[in-house]
Amino acid sequence: MARERHRREIWMRSDPKDFELVSPGTLPAVVALLARSPGEWLPIAGGTDVMVQYAAGKLASRKLVSIWNLAELRSIEVLANEIRVGAGCTYSNIREAEVIGREFPMLVSAARWTGGIANQNRGTLGGNIVNASPAADSLPALLAYDAELILVSVRGERRIPYEGFHTGYKKTRLAPDELIQAVCLPRRFSGYVSYARKVGSRNAQAISKVCIAALGRMAGPTIEDVRIAVGSVAPTPMRLSETEFLLKGKVIDEALVASARKTAAAEIQPIDDIRSTARYRAAVAGNLVAEFLNLLRADGKA
Amino acid sequence: MSGSLEDRTKSEISFTVNGVQRTVRAFPMERLLDVLRLQLGLTGAKEGCGEGECGSCSVLMNGALVNSCLVPVLQVQAASIVTIEGFDATAGSQALQEAFLKCGGAQCGICTPGMILAAAHLLDRNPKPTLEEIKEGLSGNLCRCTGYLQIFEAIAKAAHGERTASS
Repeated sequence: MARERHRREIWMRSDPKDFELVSPGTLPAVVALLARSPGEWLPIAGGTDVMVQYAAGKLASRKLVSIWNLAELRSIEVLANEIRVGAGCTYSNIREAEVIGREFPMLVSAARWTGGIANQNRGTLGGNIVNASPAADSLPALLAYDAELILVSVRGERRIPYEGFHTGYKKTRLAPDELIQAVCLPRRFSGYVSYARKVGSRNAQAISKVCIAALGRMAGPTIEDVRIAVGSVAPTPMRLSETEFLLKGKVIDEALVASARKTAAAEIQPIDDIRSTARYRAAVAGNLVAEFLNLLRADGKA
Repeated sequence: MSGSLEDRTKSEISFTVNGVQRTVRAFPMERLLDVLRLQLGLTGAKEGCGEGECGSCSVLMNGALVNSCLVPVLQVQAASIVTIEGFDATAGSQALQEAFLKCGGAQCGICTPGMILAAAHLLDRNPKPTLEEIKEGLSGNLCRCTGYLQIFEAIAKAAHGERTASS
């Protein structure tokens, strides 16, 4: 029995001789390769998702192209209106960038929660977006911060809002010959109260049951602006648009918190899976929204 | 046989391992972990989970802690790799090893090479970590023997001298 199980595990593993991996070394060379046979080459950066699928024998593509360490994807540019984070920046790069910590603290929190240190040294922001897990920790922060993506191919560059990039479970608007080059973060949220939480079995090395990234700005006792994004409660990371609509322009009191909790629970589409249940997720998502509103209310009083 | 079809689809990959320039012939998607253990005979890095969860296969790649089970060997072309065997020769290693011995930080030993390298990576960036920072630095390294307290204590001892992690 034991031997049988052992043999099956070995068989499940991928055999490296069945796979091609090339490393063209520059961004133009990589996009040229992607353009020659769109959809055939799977880009691999730090491998923290791709190599896991490979180890499990679940990698659909047999041809991989390394984009690890491409200089064109590794910079963090600070412009007057936005910060452009190269898609190849690792979570460690994000944690170490002071300007991101100052203006986009929820992204740094998410980077700290992703994997352990070794995974943070290899996992990239672009990889997290393209891997498109509904449970990815950094994605609600990108939604809340109104991020935009610069996509690149031999056809040129195009810029699209990150919101709407995920069109369904693990589906994205990335064309087969495109790469994400950079993630643009508009520098207009420094005056906002921010609230990011991950609910999981533990922070490191555990995938979220529910995660949230929320921003709010008070004008006295009234909510002037609010942006709430959640992960792990729908096929894609999502904004709580109906909850935001309910909240805008209102004074926070117990009744408002109660109806926000209800609206949030109604607009998410959680499921039962190995990590949690739909019921737990709906209850916790409501609790997180309530906790955020209490924080915001305290700020309004201050 | 060097002329076989299989061998021709392999690539020649050169990198530094523990300060020594090495060239291997390997399939580009072979895991760094396997090349280190099977081709170079460096068996300090262990395979625990094979999916980046446990940290037993930790090595330093250009100074950064990585899980070698998730690194296709082509990506280490021209890189510098340090395994526990190479780290063993450094002064920092002696202090950590003594502290692990004194505090009972190593039991079965499977996680220990990864724990020591993760600790070294932490102390390199943060020479006087708090207990919270030690826990975070080691959060990607699992140990099923010690319950972690002895390991945290060992790292605190190595960093702060005789003070323990709780002080």
